[in-house]
Amino acid sequence: MRNAFIKKLEELAEQDKNLMLLTGDLGYMVLDDFKRKFPRQFLNAGVSEANTMGMAAGLAKDGKKVFVYSIIPFLTMRPYEQIRNDICYHNLNVTLVGVGAGYSYGNQGTTHHAVEDIGIMRIQPNMKVICPGDPVEAEKATEELYRLGGPGYLRLGKAGEKRLHQGNLDFRVGKAITLREGSDLTLIATGNMLETALDVAGRLQKEKLSSQVISMHTIKPLDLTTIYDAARNTGRLYTLEEHSKIGGLGSAVAEALTEYEGRAKLKIFGTQDKFFHISGTQQHLRELNGISAEQISESIKKDMAYSK
Amino acid sequence: MSADIKLLEQKAREIRETLGETVYKAKIGHVGSALSTVEILTALYFHTMNVSPSEPKLPERDKFILSKGHACSALYSALAVRGFFDKKYLIDNYVKNGSPLTGHINSFGVPGVEFSTGSLGHGLPIGIGLAYAAKLDGRKNRSFVLLSDGECNEGSNWEAFLSAPHYKLGNLVAIIDHNKIQSYGRVEEVMPLNPFAKKLEAFNWEVKGVDGHSIKELTEALDSFSYYGSQPHCIIAHTVKGKGVPTIENTVASHYWPLKDEEYRALMESCRK
Repeated sequence: MRNAFIKKLEELAEQDKNLMLLTGDLGYMVLDDFKRKFPRQFLNAGVSEANTMGMAAGLAKDGKKVFVYSIIPFLTMRPYEQIRNDICYHNLNVTLVGVGAGYSYGNQGTTHHAVEDIGIMRIQPNMKVICPGDPVEAEKATEELYRLGGPGYLRLGKAGEKRLHQGNLDFRVGKAITLREGSDLTLIATGNMLETALDVAGRLQKEKLSSQVISMHTIKPLDLTTIYDAARNTGRLYTLEEHSKIGGLGSAVAEALTEYEGRAKLKIFGTQDKFFHISGTQQHLRELNGISAEQISESIKKDMAYSK
Repeated sequence: MSADIKLLEQKAREIRETLGETVYKAKIGHVGSALSTVEILTALYFHTMNVSPSEPKLPERDKFILSKGHACSALYSALAVRGFFDKKYLIDNYVKNGSPLTGHINSFGVPGVEFSTGSLGHGLPIGIGLAYAAKLDGRKNRSFVLLSDGECNEGSNWEAFLSAPHYKLGNLVAIIDHNKIQSYGRVEEVMPLNPFAKKLEAFNWEVKGVDGHSIKELTEALDSFSYYGSQPHCIIAHTVKGKGVPTIENTVASHYWPLKDEEYRALMESCRK
């Protein structure tokens, strides 16, 4: 996803000399080409997230279109007040690009994990929140955030994610994408759990369960129409995110359902409200949280059988 | 061009008087913090900065960021006296329901204010972003940021102090309103800054210490800087918290309490001399 993002950013930087990319001393072997091709549009602002975010606000106030890149906790948490007071309050053209969604940084440990970021970003007025499900969505989202302007948060995985869409994808911020139709239940996934959702759908099919699969790439603004349609269509919603059950996609969908006139059941798959003090790969940590494809499938199978 | 000191001192009295009227009517605090900034704002808005009250968004204007946003009554007053809006509008509407004149500086709907602040430590990075953009584009806009001394406890400022010389921002001036008192004690008790000038010089800033209530010293310092060179500038302005009301000068209390009737009278008397 990182590579899709930076390739698109290079295209945009070529056309718009007011586009700037700031990084908090990260991007080795990722941002090298951008730095080389657009030296005046690139700045390594060092390990100074507060100053970097304040600078981003100042640059944007002065007409630049700024992208700020770092690993998600450093990007979103360290300078959170700057994001709120300087960028969101002033509604400035700053896109935060975070890498390492969920447990992408795996065995690097908790300081590098991102399981609270959707929650803390979506609560800020004016902040758009997009978690692309694959490199194609990542590329399109980059372009859309640039085009729309204002504050934005792009939550990327890392590298090597599978392409799940064709290149000519019709992508719009705030418009969820249905990858697979189904009639028994709906899997609403965001970000790096989209691939898992398709895996789960495949497994459930073997159990004669027909799953609709939706990529809810935009958490804010949330696509309420698609959620209500799914509620009407299957009535059984399951959200999948590599993020806390508190405050993320599942919470957003739950909030939306409070306004839904009909009946629907929702179950949230996400990470637990606890810290893990052990090492683990992304897959291992997903398993500890019960959100591997196998675990999710088993859980849904039981759920659906119980209700029949 | 050297300053017309007498004229500027008159402007400072007018700003202080407007400030007094404003905070007294609104019965609101942060008075001491605002009073210590008056001569600094006078020097900037009436001598140094290129601004246009009739065209607040003049593209080639200099930009001022009040990083110590709680001193907003002083900036609002300076802008009013400078002609950005009516003094009466300010005095009647400061912190009134629905008014953009909020209790920490607000840029939305207030001509002449560049950025809203209120949490300390935000202004200098913003000023750096503005100065960086101007330098990158080859524009002449300069950035002036006013910080408090207590505010220099914030780590974000030291990130900023590290970065500005590296970015060669000769078009940036940081002014420290060094009134020696922060919000719950004297600076030297809570978090001493000394040797302050030496620290900033070690960070590669050009540093000048001045009497922050001397228009002459302030304007001379501002005139002395090379704004299109590669070193950012810092003025450490030695000031008195609550300057203009002898009974509240140099007190922590002046950070908080609205003006009492007799304090208001004393302030008005001293301004009208």
